[in-house]
This record gives sequence, C-alpha cells and structure tokens, in this order.
Amino acid sequence: MNGFLARRIIGLALTLLAASLVVFLVLQVLPGDPASLMLDTQARADTLAALRHQLGLDRPAWLRYVTWVWGLLHGDLGQSYTYSVPVAELVRQRVMVSLPLAVMSILLSTGIAIPVGTLSAAGRGRRADVALMGMSQLGMALPNFWLGILLILVFAVALPLFPAGGFVGWDKGAWPALRCLVLPACALALPQAAILSRVTRSAVLETLGQDYVRTALSKGLSGQAALWRHAVPNALIPVVTIIGLQFSFLLAGTVIIENVFALPGLGRLVFQAIAQRDLIVVQDLVVLLAGSVIVVNFLVDLAYLALDPRIARDGAR
Amino acid sequence: MRRLLRRPGLLVGGAITGAILAVALVSLVWTPYPPTHIDILHRLAGPSPGHWLGTDPFGRDVASMLMAGAKSSLSVALIAVVAGAGIGIPLGLGAAAAGGWVDALVMRGTDLAFAFPALLTAVMITALAGPGAGNAMLAIGLFNIPVFARVTRGAALTVRELDFVMAARATGRGEWTIMLRHVLPNIAAVLLVQITIQFALAIIADAGLAYVGLGTQPPYPSWGRMLNDAQTYIFRAPLLAVFPGLAITLSVLGLNLLGDGLRDALDPRLAARR
Repeated sequence: MNGFLARRIIGLALTLLAASLVVFLVLQVLPGDPASLMLDTQARADTLAALRHQLGLDRPAWLRYVTWVWGLLHGDLGQSYTYSVPVAELVRQRVMVSLPLAVMSILLSTGIAIPVGTLSAAGRGRRADVALMGMSQLGMALPNFWLGILLILVFAVALPLFPAGGFVGWDKGAWPALRCLVLPACALALPQAAILSRVTRSAVLETLGQDYVRTALSKGLSGQAALWRHAVPNALIPVVTIIGLQFSFLLAGTVIIENVFALPGLGRLVFQAIAQRDLIVVQDLVVLLAGSVIVVNFLVDLAYLALDPRIARDGAR
Repeated sequence: MRRLLRRPGLLVGGAITGAILAVALVSLVWTPYPPTHIDILHRLAGPSPGHWLGTDPFGRDVASMLMAGAKSSLSVALIAVVAGAGIGIPLGLGAAAAGGWVDALVMRGTDLAFAFPALLTAVMITALAGPGAGNAMLAIGLFNIPVFARVTRGAALTVRELDFVMAARATGRGEWTIMLRHVLPNIAAVLLVQITIQFALAIIADAGLAYVGLGTQPPYPSWGRMLNDAQTYIFRAPLLAVFPGLAITLSVLGLNLLGDGLRDALDPRLAARR
C-alpha cells in the first residue's frame, strides 16, 4: 500500500517536471517576442534591449527555466509582463470563476448520468433504454460551444431567465454570481453526461450479470435493492475513471466556453496571455492545468483503492 | 457483408457520413453562390427559394458557406487524423515489438501528452504559431499521436500472444515481420474504429478552434467561424446560429454511429454484451 503510493507520488512529480520542461521548450521554439509585442514596431533597438533586460529575457534559456521552476516550487509564479501584477494574483481572481464552473459541470453531469445509465441498464432493450441511449448518442455529438449558443438563444434571448454572458462577481452575492454560471455549466455538462451515462450503462450491465447480484436476488432482495446496493457500487470504477478524464476535458473546454459566455476565467486568461505573448502567464497556467490533471488522475487512483480494496493489495506487491 | 447491413446504426451513420462527404466534394465544383460572394443589399435575409438557408450579415449565402465549410472541416480533420495515425500506429507497434525501455519510454511519453488538456494546448500552438487551417491540423494531429500509440500497443500486445503469432515466431520470422504481416492485419478493425472516433473529435476540435478565430481564416468559410459571427447577430437572426451547429452535430453523429456500428459488426462478441 505504502509502496504503491510512494511509486505513484514519485511518478507524479517526474511527470510534472517533464510537463514544465515541455511547456517551456515549446514556448521557446514558437515565434513571438514578448518585449517587441509590448512596445510597438517602431521601438528603438536600445529601448527594446532595456525592456528585455528588465523582463530578464536576455538571460540564457536554461537559467530562465531553472529560476522559473525554482520559483514554482516555492509557490512564486512570477510577475505578469503585461498586467505587472503577480501571476498568482491573476490566477486567484480567475480560479473563482473557473473552479465553481468545473465543479458545477461535474456535479451536473454525474447527477444526470448515473441515474440515466443505471435505469437504462436495468431496462435493457426496453423503450426507455432505447430512447435514453438515442438521446445520449445525440448528446455526444453536440459541440459544447454550440450547445452554449443554443442555451443563450432559448434561456437568455427567448426566455430571459439567465444572463447571455459576463460575470457579476461573487461580491454581488452567491445567487447573482451562480446565475451567470448556470448556462455555461449546462453547456459543458450535457455532452459529458451523454458519454458518462453510456459508460455507466455498460458497467452496470456488466455487474448485473455477476454471481453476487444473482445471490442477492436469490436471498430475496428486491430487484431495485440488488441494483442500487450491489450492481451500481461495483460498477463505479470505470465511471470514476471517466469522471477523472472529463475533468481534463472540462479544463480545456472552458477555453472555448468562457469565450462563448465572456466569463473572466482561467481559460480566457490563457487566451489573452497567449495573444499578448505574456509567456510567463501562459507557462504558469499550462503547468497549473497540467498539474491539476495529473493530481486528479492520482485522486482517481486513490478512489480505486477505496472502491476496490483488492487493488491496494495487488498494487503493494 | 450481410452482417454489416443488418445494423441500422451502421447504415444511418454511413449514410450521414457519406452525404456530408458528398456535399464537401460537390462544393469543390459547385455551390449555389460563390461562398465568399458579398451582397450587402440582401444581408441577414431569411430562408427563401433564392437563398435556401438565408444570408449572413455580409449577404453571403449560408447554404454555400455551409457546403464550403464541410470541405474545410473534413480536410482539417482528415489530415490531422491521418497524420496522428501515421505516426502513432508505428510508435505503438514499435513499443509492443521492442518491449523493455523502448516500450516504457513510449508509454511515459503518452502519459505526459495526456496530462496536457488537448484543446487548451491546441489553442496555445495555433495562437503562437499563427492561426490558420495548417496549424490547426498540426495541433489536432499532435494529440492524435498518443491516442493511436496507446490503442495500437494495447491491441498488438493481446494479438501477439495468440497461437498463430506464436507459430509465425516458431518459424523464425523477425519481430517486425510478425508485427507487419500478422499483428497489424488483425488489429486493423480496432484501429479503423478508433479512426472514426478520432475523426469525430477532430471535427469538434477544428470547429472550436475556428470559433475562437484560430482555425481556417476568413474569407474562407468554416463552421466554427460562422457560429462566432452568428453570435453577434443572435437577437436579429437567431437561425444563423442554428445551421452551422447542426452541420457539426450531424457530421459527428454520423461518424459516431459509423464507429459504433463498425465495432459491433467487426467484433460480434462485443455486440452480444451490449
């Protein structure tokens, strides 16, 4: 058990380090000089050189990489070139939009998908199953940003229940802020729910055929009780895996969805930082996002241990 | 062949995919109007016999733009997937054949690639390298490599242990000959299914990049760009935001149905369990 955890944590740290190196190298190779973009094209060569010196861009690449990673390890994300504020401060503001959005979407998609997938599996081949799976086929094909636009059309333009975009900020109160996130969260969640309900359905179908479910039924448990108490909990491993993977999709998906709804989240921050060649912000954010994907995958592995103690035993060998 | 025809999903998926492909091909030689033709007097017109799906804010014919958009979407997705598969499949086969540290290196490499949210990195690459269809293909193709490497390796490792491969090995054939002549043909079905899935994902990714202005550049039409333009006029011409999205959804739906149908038809054991 401890050996399993230790190996995973070392792997996690190495992956993060490799990820930071990849991001740094990619940003070195791709064109675009932050200093010449901050000044205009007519800037004099010595002004440019002075700015490059001030930003530390004239130092060798390896030194910049080491300083950056050293800072990251100490929780110092550096100073944004264009906003002239600590990157950590920018991230703190934007996370307050992106994180609630991601959490809402995950809750929504899981809340829809597990009941739908289970009911579908329980009534396999019946009309409800066919209808639900048909809908999930359609849901998987919907691009989330188009769904976002359709939701705006229906729930902001035709029936003005929610704002069509923008974010009022949490200081205006919880409900006004949450109201701005409802449509984007739905747009992100529904296509994910479609995938997740199909995974749930096939996982539950698998466990429904197992001996322990037959035993539960033969000792007199009702069909519903056997389904929810035995078949569903045992089907959760693949479901949790997909939820973990979807977190990564959600983080990336927010880049587009935050553009659709004009939300000031991490996705838009990355987007603007790239446009302005604010490379330090781009570097930090990509590593932070990659890091959170890696950490979530690690948590998913830990969830396996809780869901299936056999994994810990075999993993410890 | 009869087994293929008995599956409605496969038929419907094939028909939709075929129809979109046909539209894209027709757009090469004919569209009702030139897709970039601006006619400001007839801007934002509703559907009519002259303009089946109406016109956009510049008076361009929406139906013609959708047809040209099919061509650009399909070509970006096709090239991205072919490039991803072309690099990923040999990598996966090589990892399975070599084993040891080569295998470990390829697998850790894919782990690393999967840590980066794909769309976010695609946005970063296209934005920095320069927006356009070419860089969109590159960015989307890059993320197809690890997917194909993983799937190929997994399937190849299973097939490699089967009796007929053992027999080939016993006759003294080299590992690479075995991989190409015996393993690859037997995992082709799995790869074909993966190709349709990745194709569908690539269409969504292309539309997403185009929506944020990083894909195919104006004046050439693309479905994602049309959605972005439509959003500005959402109060005056809501229909404009409907058609391009329908085109994307339909293409993806067709490919997904085709992929599911192919998987069931090529692997009857899976179908029995579903």
